[in-house]
Amino acid sequence: MDLVLSKEAIDNIINVLDEDLLRAGADCVLLVDRSGNLIVNRGDPANLDVVALAALSAANFGATAEIAKLIGEDDFALLFHKGKNENIHFTKVGKGFILITLFGKEVSLGLIRLNTAKVTETLIPILGGEQ
Amino acid sequence: MSFIDLSKNEVQCKVVYYGPGRGGKTTNLLYLHQAMTDSVRGKMVTIDTKGDRTLFFDFLPLALGKIQGLSIKIQLYTVPGQVMYNATRKLVLKGVDGIVFVADSLKVQKEKNIESLANLRQNLAEDNLDMKDIPLVLQFNKRDLGGSNIPILTVEEMQEDLNSELQVPWFSGSALKGDGVFETLREISKRTVKYVSRKLLSR
Ligand SMILES: Nc1nc2c(ncn2[C@@H]2O[C@H](COP(=O)(O)OP(=O)(O)O)[C@@H](O)[C@H]2O)c(=O)[nH]1
Ligand SMILES: [Mg+2]
Repeated sequence: MDLVLSKEAIDNIINVLDEDLLRAGADCVLLVDRSGNLIVNRGDPANLDVVALAALSAANFGATAEIAKLIGEDDFALLFHKGKNENIHFTKVGKGFILITLFGKEVSLGLIRLNTAKVTETLIPILGGEQ
Repeated sequence: MSFIDLSKNEVQCKVVYYGPGRGGKTTNLLYLHQAMTDSVRGKMVTIDTKGDRTLFFDFLPLALGKIQGLSIKIQLYTVPGQVMYNATRKLVLKGVDGIVFVADSLKVQKEKNIESLANLRQNLAEDNLDMKDIPLVLQFNKRDLGGSNIPILTVEEMQEDLNSELQVPWFSGSALKGDGVFETLREISKRTVKYVSRKLLSR
């Protein structure tokens, strides 16, 4: 279950993230796998440690999945943390990946939700399906 | 699970430092972090250490240069050793590519070492991984206490307890002083990269 992505696949992912999330106003978008690897990051992550963010997000998602099990759910499809100026939105992509979107208060959560759902659909086949 | 990015010719793999609580896993990472230059190491993240016990994990990303044109990035993690944190250990083990088992040389920790190794085997098995397949290196830590008035296990005894069946590479070490820390990392990195590339070639 190791992942190998060609330059073409990476370019496709970059296009989708840029088109649907950065253009919609997101500051930064990361695709990570659930073991904590950073697959792609886009946007302007000035002063942001993206490698640490990837590892912590995977762990956070894993911990939340345990919470989900405790209340009889399989997993949560998305997580959202709201800050004073910056918000962070996590969406599950298939079983093995997480899409992380950072956006400011001027961008609506609804738009981010809508677009991450669309992006997720596009990414799943590129990442080798639902597994 | 490793990730290979052919657009950057880069491989990322995950190495987990496992072992009983207070055996020296965090100290290994701290030593590496302070001994390495900024070009090699990323930021070390330690989550919620309460009274110096790791509650979730420590994380240290390293860029170890190139092998045959491929840039090697290794993310080091530690697990909390205390028996009650098994759910956390399983979480951190997710997608592991290589393991360093840090055993404690203190005589009083003899059983704890054995239990922790058995726990590792069990957790891997639950993820359909056989401990014999995954790259594994042992480190017998705290050898600096030899000659002090604290009773410690002999290396032979530790080999017998932990490695008689596995027969994996092992190192004596003192994470506190830095002895054996780089040797351990070098061996597990080499094995992990080999393991990942072998899997890659067999696809
Ligand atoms: N004498 C000695 N003490 C050590 C060594 N490595 C770790 N320690 C000490 O053992 C304690 C637990 O170490 P720590 O790295 O937190 O263990 P962990 O629970 O495996 O992460 C700390 O007080 C360390 O200073 C070593 O090589 N020699
Ligand atoms: Mg620790």
